[in-house]
Amino acid sequence: MGRFLLARLGAILPTLFFVSVLIFGLQQLLPGDPATAMAGEDHDPEAIAYLRAKFHLDEPLPVRYGYWVKGVLQGDLGDSVRIQRPVAELIAEKLPVTLELAALAMVIALAIGITAGVVSAVYRDTGWDIAANLFALWGISTPNFWLGILLILLFAVHLGWLPASGYVSPFEDLRANLASMIMPAFVLGNAFAAALMRHTRSAMLQVLSSDYVRTARAKGLSERNVVLRHALRNALTPVITLGALQLGELLSGAVLTEQVFSIPGFGKLVVDAVFNRDYSVVQGVVLFTATVYIALNLLADIAYFLVNPKMRT
Amino acid sequence: MNRRFAVLVLGAALAAIPAFAQTLRIGLAEDPDVLDPTLARTFVGRIVFAATCDKLLDLDEKLNIVPQLATSYEWSPDYKALTLKIRKGVLFHDGEKLDAAAVKFNIERHKTMQGSTRKGELASVSSVDVVDPYTVRLNLSAPFIPLLAVLTDRAGMMVSPKAAKAEGEKFGAHPVCAGPFKFVDRVAQGRITFERFADYWNKDAIHFDKVIYEPIVDSQVRLANLKSGQLDLIERFAPSDIAGLRADSRFKISKIVEIGYQGITINIGKSDLAKTSVLRDPRVREAFELSIDRQGVVDVAQEGEGMAGNQWVAPTNSWYSKAVPIPKRDVAKAKELLREAGVPNPSFQLVTPTTSDAQRFAQVIQAMAKEAGFDVKIQSTEFSTSLDMADKGQFEAYVLAWSGRADPDGNLQSHLGCKQPLNYAGYCNAEVDDWIAKSRTTGDRAQRQKYFDQIAMQVSKDRPIIYVYHRHWLWAYTNKLSGLRTVPDGMIRLQDLKMN
Repeated sequence: MGRFLLARLGAILPTLFFVSVLIFGLQQLLPGDPATAMAGEDHDPEAIAYLRAKFHLDEPLPVRYGYWVKGVLQGDLGDSVRIQRPVAELIAEKLPVTLELAALAMVIALAIGITAGVVSAVYRDTGWDIAANLFALWGISTPNFWLGILLILLFAVHLGWLPASGYVSPFEDLRANLASMIMPAFVLGNAFAAALMRHTRSAMLQVLSSDYVRTARAKGLSERNVVLRHALRNALTPVITLGALQLGELLSGAVLTEQVFSIPGFGKLVVDAVFNRDYSVVQGVVLFTATVYIALNLLADIAYFLVNPKMRT
Repeated sequence: MNRRFAVLVLGAALAAIPAFAQTLRIGLAEDPDVLDPTLARTFVGRIVFAATCDKLLDLDEKLNIVPQLATSYEWSPDYKALTLKIRKGVLFHDGEKLDAAAVKFNIERHKTMQGSTRKGELASVSSVDVVDPYTVRLNLSAPFIPLLAVLTDRAGMMVSPKAAKAEGEKFGAHPVCAGPFKFVDRVAQGRITFERFADYWNKDAIHFDKVIYEPIVDSQVRLANLKSGQLDLIERFAPSDIAGLRADSRFKISKIVEIGYQGITINIGKSDLAKTSVLRDPRVREAFELSIDRQGVVDVAQEGEGMAGNQWVAPTNSWYSKAVPIPKRDVAKAKELLREAGVPNPSFQLVTPTTSDAQRFAQVIQAMAKEAGFDVKIQSTEFSTSLDMADKGQFEAYVLAWSGRADPDGNLQSHLGCKQPLNYAGYCNAEVDDWIAKSRTTGDRAQRQKYFDQIAMQVSKDRPIIYVYHRHWLWAYTNKLSGLRTVPDGMIRLQDLKMN
């Protein structure tokens, strides 16, 4: 166990190093001079010179990389130039917003996707099945931003039931928080719900035709019992795997959804930072995300190691 | 009986709350940058400052300079000193007093703070004297008439010296000024909240308890928020939405011609590209200008919401040179000029930021110029990149907007002066430089106008920038709101705004 862990940790360091070089290098490929972009409308030469010096933009690339890594190792991701706040603070402020959005989207996707999948499998080739399939096709083929605008027009402008955009913290006002999150969460979860529906349907169909389901029915169990207790449980395994895999995609999908609904989350943070050439924010956010992914992978490896005895030899 | 009375009182109190606790919610087209007047760089940031940071001087609807924190000003006869009388009884949000010493501190902070974007604007100020507790004198190294207009913007905003000293570079995270509203909090890339400052010197003009700014970049979503009642006022809505808003009696619209301009900058000396571009020939530039129907551009690209123009200020501006009127479109003459120049079908690249305004503008220009024989190749690129290309001279022509300054000098000197930071055209004309310099030193309005006329005449021949139109600042708001002042600088002044 110790050696295994050591080996995995040993591999992490070069990975992180490689990731940091990649982030830093890719950023340099962005066209446009960050100092002029940051100096704003007036382009005051003195302000530009100051920004250049402050962010070491006038030094060679490896030196700049050195400065950045030195800061990161000391736990300092730098400050946002645009709003003069520490990047770490911004990440801590934005991440919960995006996680809430992704979690709500997941709940909506699971609720709609699994229900629709089960219904369409149980009532195969009926109107229900066709309707569910149509929903899935629509969900997969509707772009997020378009659906977002349509929902805003319907629920905010015409019906006036929900706020058109914006974000309220749940600690401030839970009701307002849910009201502001329901549309974006639905938009984000929608495409995913459709994919889940298709997977649930095929898994259910497979399970429903298996021997033990026939036995269960022969035993005289109610259809409801057969479907929900015996079939669905088994059908859910591949669906859960898919759900876990899609979580990452939900987070990246949040970037666009946050833009449409003006939600100040993680995605909006990085997109705005790229457009404003707020380098420390882009670097900090990408490095943080990469580190989280690497850490999760490590945890998965360890879990796999603990579960699978074959690996321990 | 007592209980009934208590219930009545409580009921009355509850009923009274909405009348007092009024919030104004404003939708912004962009996310402001740091809220420190010394470091701030964006146009949209200035809109937010209007809530919290009063300025020494202000502008009225006609762009006249009017008192705000300074009650009066006076130039010395040689225009090398500007004496300002400071309003008495003004407090900063932290309870500190505004006096001449505070003004001196602020001007010096603007001039010396690292990263200050005000240094250029205040370059002419060599020292500040506190004459008496409420009189301050700015001593200038050379006369600089536009200084007054500069003091109506961020350089004239006064922050609390105590807070500025304590917070240093981080001041922008909790600005403390002397405006009508106190900063409460800001969600990065989200809303910025202010609450009424009880000791504001002009508190009778303030009718809201809270003001919230929400940056919503997408104009459709911003409008949807207004229509659904989430916002009371939005700025810069899309001109294409004006018809729908007019038809809806729940909303009102205000507009005014901007102090800035929309134009096409031509690389005539910025880089080596200028030597090979077909636009190096003045006849080709003239033909290009003649191919443009400016009113047509306004009608098509802006749905009529703008004003055709040919100078750095709009024809409605009092500094517009009437001696240089807008040239009429003349395709036949344009073709003739191109034949004369030996290039009947010139081709050049027009760099355009990806904003929808700029894109539409470029496309209309492309179609118009085509009729005269031009092959305009639009190169769309994201704004920061386009700016970098402009800076490096990697363009032949560039679609560029300027938000404008109250004094024409702010639209002129750094754009057309030799080697100035915003002179993307690479234009350099010793005479123009001389006229610009002279226009800065005379307080005689007629004399200044003469210099501007001369500059307009010369620039209209050289065409480093072809000025095409001036946008309308557009505001849409609930019909319950009244008192919105339309000042050409595009700011939203909260004084006298009222919800009926």
